[in-house]
Amino acid sequence: MAKLLMKGAEAIGEAAIRAGCTAYFAYPITPQSEVAEYLSKRLAEVGGTFVQAESEVAAAQMVYGAAGAGVRVFTTSSSPGVSLMAETMSYMAGSELPAVFVNIMRAGPGLGGILPCQSDYNQATRGAGHGDYSFMIIAPSTVQELADWMIRAFPLSEKYRNPVMIVGDGLIAQMMEPVDFDAVKAEEMPDVEGWATTGAKNRPRNLINSLFLDPLKLEEFNHHLKEKYERMAREEVRYENYMMDDEPELVCVAYGTTARIVKTAIDVLRAEGLKIGLIRPITLLPFPKDILRAESEKPHVKGFAVVEMSNGQMLDDVKWATLERKPVSFFSRNGGIVPNPEETVEFLRKEYERTQK
Amino acid sequence: MKTIFTRPDSMTEKVTHYCPGCTHGVAHRMVAEIIDEFGIKDRTLGFAPVGCSVLIYEYMDTDYQQAAHGRAPACATGAKRVRPELIVYTYQGDGDLASIGTAEIIHAANRGEKFTVVFINNAIYGMTGGQMAPTTMPGQRTTTSPMGRDVLSAGHPIRMSEMLSTLRTPAYVVRASLHTPYNIIQSKKALRQAFQYQMDNRCFSFVELLSTCPTNWGITPVGSNKWLEENMLPYYPLGVFKTPDDE
Repeated sequence: MAKLLMKGAEAIGEAAIRAGCTAYFAYPITPQSEVAEYLSKRLAEVGGTFVQAESEVAAAQMVYGAAGAGVRVFTTSSSPGVSLMAETMSYMAGSELPAVFVNIMRAGPGLGGILPCQSDYNQATRGAGHGDYSFMIIAPSTVQELADWMIRAFPLSEKYRNPVMIVGDGLIAQMMEPVDFDAVKAEEMPDVEGWATTGAKNRPRNLINSLFLDPLKLEEFNHHLKEKYERMAREEVRYENYMMDDEPELVCVAYGTTARIVKTAIDVLRAEGLKIGLIRPITLLPFPKDILRAESEKPHVKGFAVVEMSNGQMLDDVKWATLERKPVSFFSRNGGIVPNPEETVEFLRKEYERTQK
Repeated sequence: MKTIFTRPDSMTEKVTHYCPGCTHGVAHRMVAEIIDEFGIKDRTLGFAPVGCSVLIYEYMDTDYQQAAHGRAPACATGAKRVRPELIVYTYQGDGDLASIGTAEIIHAANRGEKFTVVFINNAIYGMTGGQMAPTTMPGQRTTTSPMGRDVLSAGHPIRMSEMLSTLRTPAYVVRASLHTPYNIIQSKKALRQAFQYQMDNRCFSFVELLSTCPTNWGITPVGSNKWLEENMLPYYPLGVFKTPDDE
């Protein structure tokens, strides 16, 4: 199919429909209210369900109810709204419900600002809600990739019966880029009769629940969750290597929009002959820990450079993954400021020169 | 020998955990009887609250979801919208519905969601140990209002049925009570009508049932029925507040 020029937020909505999602519940919040605007019209055309909820709390709980009833469902929000969804996130992981959440991150804390940021990395990867649970967290860096992962996210959430969250920043939702919605093939939803509350016709009743009054059973359930997350870590890690084939001496780590700026900076420095590469985590959880650890063991790698739009949240994961065998340096802009290529070039040049000493 | 009284088919054989004199058992049973009478067991989906009746899913033999505290009307909205063929109801206490879940219940009612709410009002928090509820009577002693509810600082008890019936959206809103056999029969009629409106796809339906909590009120079961009649009935009048035929 021909590519369509689309705004990221609208591509999220269209990709969900192409993925076979039939329900969307949301509360408007900048910078991604266009998803609700788009789907309020588009879902009606395909006979789907859209409800504008009274709050993010309720929107997420509607997702819980619909997911429990065994349909493909999702919601989108931005940072302060996602904080309000934390309760449901915990309940959904605890009730083993599949669904997709999208956080188009804006600058925080508090009401913060509406401009792009990556300061919800910890909120996403450490679980915003209570209890021993995780979501799978995916960070696309282009509108095409955003659409692709929306289509993949539903079957992934069903494979693990655990929600998947896609995180972007304000840039990715607001910019327009060409999208091919046929780049990834949609998958059928697997049979839900074994667990979903669709009406107990010719089967024993199903129960969606996260309450365990017997601590031994709750411990057993938490071990079961741990096994799921370990399987995720074995099977679902995704990342991109950029300029990593010729033994780079400085390895950058960046994700989402920031990774695109880092690529531009690397191109500039490569033209000057500086051997710099990039590892771009696509799954923030599971984090490509083993990949980075392996890099840290290579003699030609002299250091790592992390670039983020936060005070250094993924930075901690990079330090942990590399065991700080090599120096890990950090450059960030925050508060809604996107690092520009020039300052990123200067940072990387300086860090590269340091590795040469 | 002819069986004249038996456990409703829509209830499991599990023995309930409720205290002696608690009215949850009666309310559960009436809901189960109505599900049986309408023959909708295989298409009914209930939503359990947080509170004493959280374990209702253990006692009702239909599909069930357990909802976060106060959120059952939002969860039920999600499920009923995507599966309108299901008969969906929430079962919620007064802490769940009238305190932490006020936004969810008001907006579900205002959207005219086609599900049924069974609202148990016993003027106190049960499971957490008898704390003050938004429905606690003025002067009523609880573990967090040891001198009695002071309306100057805690406000007056919230009358949910009256409040919801002010909404313009068509609905069935009724208050009944469980303190005498006559009132129990009236309560069942109200519940039956509520489920009927849902099955006819008419409107949101809301049944408030005045209930007793002898354990946390510190009164005997029989004395509790009397207390309800003397203290709650004058403030929480019984009757139909709204029907979809109004206007």
